[in-house]
Amino acid sequence: MGAGDAQAGEHPGLDAQIDQWRSYVQRRRAVSTADVDEMTDHLRGQVADLTAAGLDDDEAFLVAVRRMGNLDAVSREFAREHSERLWKQLVLVPDGPAEESGPAWRELAVVLAFAVGAGIAVKVALAAFDTDAVLLRNVPLMTAPFLAGYFVWKRRVPWRAVAALGVPYALLAVVLNVYPYVETGSTLMLAVLHAPVVLWALVGVAYVGGRWRAEEPRMDFARFTGELVVYVTLLALGGGVLIGLTAATLGLVGVDIEPALESWILPFAVPGAVVVGAWLVEAKQDVVENIAPVLTRVFTPLTTLMLLVTLVVLLTAGDLAAADRDLLILMDAILVLVLCLLLYSVSARDSLARPGWFDGLQLFLVAAALAVDAVALTAMLTRIAEFGLSPNKVAALGLNLLLLVHLARSGWLLLGFLRDRRPFGALVRWQTRFLPVYAVWAAVVVVAFGPVFGFA
Amino acid sequence: MRFDKDLVAASATPLVLGILAEGESYGYAILKRVTELSGGRMQWTDGMLYPLLHRLERLGLVVATWGTSEAGRRRKHYALTPAGHEALAERRQQWAVVADVLQQVWRSAQDAAQAPTGRPAVAEGWA
Repeated sequence: MGAGDAQAGEHPGLDAQIDQWRSYVQRRRAVSTADVDEMTDHLRGQVADLTAAGLDDDEAFLVAVRRMGNLDAVSREFAREHSERLWKQLVLVPDGPAEESGPAWRELAVVLAFAVGAGIAVKVALAAFDTDAVLLRNVPLMTAPFLAGYFVWKRRVPWRAVAALGVPYALLAVVLNVYPYVETGSTLMLAVLHAPVVLWALVGVAYVGGRWRAEEPRMDFARFTGELVVYVTLLALGGGVLIGLTAATLGLVGVDIEPALESWILPFAVPGAVVVGAWLVEAKQDVVENIAPVLTRVFTPLTTLMLLVTLVVLLTAGDLAAADRDLLILMDAILVLVLCLLLYSVSARDSLARPGWFDGLQLFLVAAALAVDAVALTAMLTRIAEFGLSPNKVAALGLNLLLLVHLARSGWLLLGFLRDRRPFGALVRWQTRFLPVYAVWAAVVVVAFGPVFGFA
Repeated sequence: MRFDKDLVAASATPLVLGILAEGESYGYAILKRVTELSGGRMQWTDGMLYPLLHRLERLGLVVATWGTSEAGRRRKHYALTPAGHEALAERRQQWAVVADVLQQVWRSAQDAAQAPTGRPAVAEGWA
């Protein structure tokens, strides 16, 4: 034991200790990986000198770590020097040696290629299809493969899984374009609205690397979806400001950018923003706090309040059977909102933490949503009994029932968790297990509603 | 010997700049040099050297480059810039004045202590 250089590989015990120390230091936000590398070199130099002086590995390591000083104080010093690190941690393309930044640049190039590809697809669709109905059916169909393609590339999805993805995709494309829809019919509109859900599920399969049976990665895809919505919204806001300023400036000299906006900028910017947004979410994954769960914290109490007000108004409004037929669609929107609030809180919660007041609040939110839905559903069922079924009503009702089952069971599991009867994991598992049901339902709406209702 | 924190902070910059004036170096070697020069009497908290080096880098007094050690590890080397040389010269003048004044104060304090009514020197713990 003892003397000799502490080179990697020769001292497995020491290497393990140093790795442990590294991960301990790395948890501090003000200390970057490069700093840890630098300090590791120091630590190893110190250890080598001390072992050369006769200490064994363990002793040398302890002395070297001790000399390094109190890590809290050191990281405070780092934070003072690099206060920006406490804020922005997102490095998309690291500068440094080529072998480090190379893959990041390559990824950026791939992302941009997919983004431009999606834009070209939309442009082709605009040129090829003259009616809005055909266009709406095909734009999601033509852009989804580019987003899925990014994940296929990123996750190195095996070709067999890609081929397996291609089959439902092709079926969807055939159904949407071959079914003899009545151009103004509601089954066409329903198909247009539900096809993106099916496509999103297919993107999800690519996202989880083809492992569609595994339940845990589904929650990652749910997280990804939430973050993507936030990022695309931000990109859209920024893009809007940019376009507005450009239009105003060019307008002063009499140039109208609206034709360019419609025919070039939007067809490329919108699908491009989705692909680039996906890349940003992928890149920031471990680095920046997820924003969707933060938003749920703010909106859970507010939504509860809104639901209570709605409940009181609905109960005192008198005859609901005469209410507008949009009621069912609005109820679906409310339940989707509640479900998202629940899903994103669940996705960010530490499964092992004890039940807290926020879990109680969430149960209250779910209960309020179910109460509001019960009132609305009773009204709708009487209305359907009176006027019969239409494709729109069946679609809305079906979604409502799915949401009801999802929320009711979530509420039940949440109650069990609050009463210490069930682990939190049961609630998480229920979410991930139920999510594919929505895709199946959307597929049913797209594939079956047309023939069943005579493509009306 | 334990040094007052502020004294370490004040002397660390000129010391690091001075060591780098001898030639390009890296963290652990700089610390070893400090220990060597002080005969082991000055021991820094090793970790604190790095935020300091990064501050000097930000101020443009040193430039850093990544290299590899003999053992094949990633190692960050620091070298003095022209601005660093200027800063060092300036610090050197300031410290010369401080050292000179301190010398005189010690001497007169010693003289006072040797006088019949003198008390024992108070500043011993510092030197």
